Amino acid sequence: MRLINRRPSRGFSVFLALLPFLVGLVAYAIASDLRLAANPGDKLLPAFSTLADGIRRMAFVPDPRTGDYLMLADTLASLERLAAALAIAALIGLVLGLVIGLVPLARALLGPLVAVISMVPPLALLPILFIVLGLGEAAKITLIAIGVTPFLVRDLAARVEELPVEQLIKAQTLGGSTAQIALRIVLPQLLPRLLDALRLSLGPAFLFLIAAEAIASESGLGYRIFLVRRYLSMDVILPYVAWITLLAFLIDLALKRLQRRFFPWFAARAGQ
Amino acid sequence: MTAAISVRNVWKEFGDQIVLEDVSIEIAPRAFVALVGPSGCGKTTFLRMLLSQEQPSRGTILVDDRPIAKEPDADRGIVFQRYSVFPHLTALGNVLLGAEFAGAKATGRLFGRARAAAIEEARALLTEVGLAGQEEKYPAALSGGMQQRLALAQALMRKPRILLLDEPFGALDPGIRAEIHGLMRYVWNSCDITVVMVTHDLSEAFGLGTRVVAFERPRGRPEERARYGARITRDFALWPPRRPTALAASSRSGRDDAANPEPRRDDPAALPEGS
Repeated sequence: MRLINRRPSRGFSVFLALLPFLVGLVAYAIASDLRLAANPGDKLLPAFSTLADGIRRMAFVPDPRTGDYLMLADTLASLERLAAALAIAALIGLVLGLVIGLVPLARALLGPLVAVISMVPPLALLPILFIVLGLGEAAKITLIAIGVTPFLVRDLAARVEELPVEQLIKAQTLGGSTAQIALRIVLPQLLPRLLDALRLSLGPAFLFLIAAEAIASESGLGYRIFLVRRYLSMDVILPYVAWITLLAFLIDLALKRLQRRFFPWFAARAGQ
Repeated sequence: MTAAISVRNVWKEFGDQIVLEDVSIEIAPRAFVALVGPSGCGKTTFLRMLLSQEQPSRGTILVDDRPIAKEPDADRGIVFQRYSVFPHLTALGNVLLGAEFAGAKATGRLFGRARAAAIEEARALLTEVGLAGQEEKYPAALSGGMQQRLALAQALMRKPRILLLDEPFGALDPGIRAEIHGLMRYVWNSCDITVVMVTHDLSEAFGLGTRVVAFERPRGRPEERARYGARITRDFALWPPRRPTALAASSRSGRDDAANPEPRRDDPAALPEGS
């Protein structure tokens, strides 16, 4: 049988999916053992027991100085920034994307501007943000928002332009005004696409979050990683990286579920 | 009697390419005109001009003796071959939309009693086109034929004077097509409406129309194609003249009537379909 026709069973699919993770873990365990055998004081690849101890210290024992559970506090601080920034970006992206995609005059006015702005590297603006907005939350949230908004605007404008022209003509023959068409035809069809675009911008959003926290912050996942780096605390850094990855994965999954739950027509429409 | 649509010396050019050349036609109220012709002969472009989706390069189009509106409006309904219905609205929502646009200028959403009245009207219309029981389904869950029935109901909600059809049944199976032809005949008989339909199916054109108009390029050699546009080369009124049955006489009772109206004995469309 040809390789292109061989499909794994359900159980085998799960096994195949887990296999690379297992291989990674085993490879890590072997490498860690080898290094620790040569030098018991090695900090680069801590043993699983050391990692577990690091997780216990960060997640389940209150910090002696502040009394906080550090991992929880860091997570909440980071997620707050991420949520605020993504909410702002989504709102701007939705409004500008809709207007640029639907109204040719707005496209002529704003399209080139957005295209230019989206080429500005957001991290290069970080010093400016810190100078103008100070070292507080505003600068970090603004950095993330600046980082993902141009992408959202351009993507959503493109999604609007992708709507079949027949739909807009039909809406006009039903007597729809521009505002009515925007509110009843375009916006509802844009919302599930916004969730897709947000999923795609999660990666960059986390990048800007960690970057901002690494440079100037007093809490947050990125702050913690860059703080303990001074002590080569791989037993904290590695669990944090895994935790951030898991968070991003769960947010992605939640957005996907949200789309399926609230826009059942969106997945079904594929055949049209 | 004034014409519902009169097209006078209309030309349509895209850049150097001449698509339509000096087209003139008068369409009487309550006519059912079928536009036929080979592909690329400009019949769809012609329909788009009647819809105001395209503007003529030269010449004038009058609707009820007034210059045609510059953009599509509620006087002229349309059913396209595809993408006529909105995927994010249920069947009921799709039909309701016309009433909501008319009744709620700012938001396009009706509430309370106005909404209840509109829903009742929309449900009646859905029943008439044979979609009773499908109100809550999204278009993706409807078959191609049902989607076109829905598109028709949606267009009729605003009671347009003119109904434009752009190969509306071209993508349907022959059996489904025959059923929806019955519905189309019923709609034309029971609504005060003038229909212009583009089709590539001659039996459909002669089966439904009161008049069949053929577009052709008299000069079709490759080097002539860009310089000479299509014209109206044939214009048949069907004999014996097919007239809409009196509005009062039509029964607006139920879906069986709607889907399978009694064919008249002299009706060529009563012949088997798909020939």
